[in-house]
Amino acid sequence: MNPRTGGPARAAQYLVLLGYLVFLAFPFLWLISTAFKPARELGSLHPTWIPENPTLDNFRTAFDEQPLLQAAANSLLAAACAAFLAVLVATPMAYVMARHRSRLSTAATGWVVVSQAFPIVLMIIPLFLILKHLHLINTRWGLIMVYVVWALPFALWMLTGYVRAVPVELEEAASVDGAGRLRTLVSVTAPLLAPGIVATALFAFITAWNELFFALVLLKTPEKQTLPVVLTHFIGAEGAADLGPLAAAAFLATLPSLVIFAVIQRRITGGMTAGAVKS
Amino acid sequence: MRASLTRTAAAATAVLALLLTGCAGPDNGGDDGRIELTFQSLAWQKESVDANKQLVKEWNETHPDIHVSYVQGSWDTVHDQLLTSFEGDEAPDVIHDASDDLADFAYGGHLADLRGLLPARLTADIPRESWETTTFGDGVYGVPFLQEPRVLIANARILKESGVRIPTPRNPWSWAEFRQITGELTKEGRYGVAWPLKEPVSVTLNLGLSGGGKLFHRGADGKVTIRADEGDRVVPGVIHDQVNTDRSASRTALGMGGSDTLPGFFGGKYAMVPLGFSYRQQVVEQAPEGFEWMVLPAPAGSGGLAQGVSPQTLSVSAASPHKKAAAQFIDFLLRPPNMVRLAKGDWMLPTGTAALADPSLHTAENGWATGVAVAEELRPAPAQSVRGYPEWKDKVATPALQEYYSGAIGAEELRKRLVDDGNRVLARYQR
Repeated sequence: MNPRTGGPARAAQYLVLLGYLVFLAFPFLWLISTAFKPARELGSLHPTWIPENPTLDNFRTAFDEQPLLQAAANSLLAAACAAFLAVLVATPMAYVMARHRSRLSTAATGWVVVSQAFPIVLMIIPLFLILKHLHLINTRWGLIMVYVVWALPFALWMLTGYVRAVPVELEEAASVDGAGRLRTLVSVTAPLLAPGIVATALFAFITAWNELFFALVLLKTPEKQTLPVVLTHFIGAEGAADLGPLAAAAFLATLPSLVIFAVIQRRITGGMTAGAVKS
Repeated sequence: MRASLTRTAAAATAVLALLLTGCAGPDNGGDDGRIELTFQSLAWQKESVDANKQLVKEWNETHPDIHVSYVQGSWDTVHDQLLTSFEGDEAPDVIHDASDDLADFAYGGHLADLRGLLPARLTADIPRESWETTTFGDGVYGVPFLQEPRVLIANARILKESGVRIPTPRNPWSWAEFRQITGELTKEGRYGVAWPLKEPVSVTLNLGLSGGGKLFHRGADGKVTIRADEGDRVVPGVIHDQVNTDRSASRTALGMGGSDTLPGFFGGKYAMVPLGFSYRQQVVEQAPEGFEWMVLPAPAGSGGLAQGVSPQTLSVSAASPHKKAAAQFIDFLLRPPNMVRLAKGDWMLPTGTAALADPSLHTAENGWATGVAVAEELRPAPAQSVRGYPEWKDKVATPALQEYYSGAIGAEELRKRLVDDGNRVLARYQR
């Protein structure tokens, strides 16, 4: 037995891991605890993990005060469309960049990385003017377009790595066996790329789901606003907050991400590591 | 093969383009001939949102020719959101904001000058001091309608048991008396006061007026310079001494926001907390059963009970094609009974003298009467119209005051930073 993986060492590893998990989970667990606490417990000098008098009032108030379901539907639509379109556009582009290396593709990759460094405020006004010219202000599709463009560079970068991880020899073998380019892409490359595509789509989805600033600026009418925008309505001047309903609404807002992660977690792990080691 | 790939990519792009263009276009309904106004409100507490929505509904029912749509904004993001909307010529017609956020928009030509648009009734109803908070250059760019003084929220039982004199607006504590009393209220495990000074600048400047402080001085040439006189040292000096000399103010509270101090206040850890008037709502909601509390006026000095405020305002976008109708709606929203409804919804004070006289605001319950009594002493926040103030606040005053209150630097070093460094900052804006 390797002494480094023996009993005490392994126990220590698990202990550290457990501590790390607790550290990571703390904000979320506290959020859940807060969401179920009545107002008087929120102001307690000695807060407890488990609410002494758990209540659903915060959820009721949150739903009464703000159109959370409508906002969640808007967020879902925007995030799902953004994820789908970003992957749809990025996949063929990534394939080209990975398989046909040239100065142009190297420059494009560099630009993709650099573009991530631009602060959002730098581009919001030109973007706003462009969308206004296209009559896309205060439209869901305007927001989706922005999300696609916003997610595209990173999605492209991710997918390029995944494409490179697929051995080109497989495609060549398919070609030797008589498969055309499209058939090779669909039958050989795409299945191998699937984990990467899922991981990239998830990235685009989460990015759009959590995004606040674009939605805040581009959408005006209440029935089109997304969940992050509606959550800000629980916050007042000088940082004062309607803490209970805010926690309840924020807890609900995190659920879709958690569910999606839980469902496709294994595929993501595969996707994340697919390009990590050169074969 | 390369051509095939190119065709595939082109097809995908075409599908995307078709999908987007097919679904694009404004989602708003068509123009039916009525004047359509949008009103962006920053109301966030339930009662306040309800009051605003109800008033919009009443307006729409009685004004079929001018329809107002309620749009919910957010205090947290309003500046960036409005800035973008103005640049994109998509701003709401009627804009809710705070007076200290208006200067850039007013000087930038984004807000309509309201002179000549507002009825005499409304103009006369709001005191001159309040109008000063929305006057930039020669124009008036907002109607100040709600204001919030800073008051002392006190644990009534601790104060009564200690036997200290309970101050009233007519007979408030002096700053020296306040310091002495917080010392008396300090016991093992309890501080006389907790100053939540996460944002120390506005508290210091606004309360500083009561000590005779001014700090910002406008010369005959219109240029503003910073000068620290005797009166400017009163309020910071008391806070510093409470924390560092008397130990009657909690040191840990210095880094807190207002809400953060409430658990300690409810738990008897602090006898008093200086907070904005609207925090009473959180006290009512969160205080434990049987908790006795009272609202006291902030201490007075050579400037009396004066303190600076930045009222909430209603403005009209300069790009609005319906400025007159927007002003009519503002007039409706701010009729005395309506102003009272808005004030109660936000737990704040109305600026209008007729609304302030409303009997329902003169009740002792939840300290309303104390707030109303303080209202006539409210003045424009000292620096809100000074260009360069935000930079001075963030780069110079905030760190300097934080260090001073924590005891890291002394009064002379504070003065040097606020004045010498501060004037260098302001000079760049006034060349």
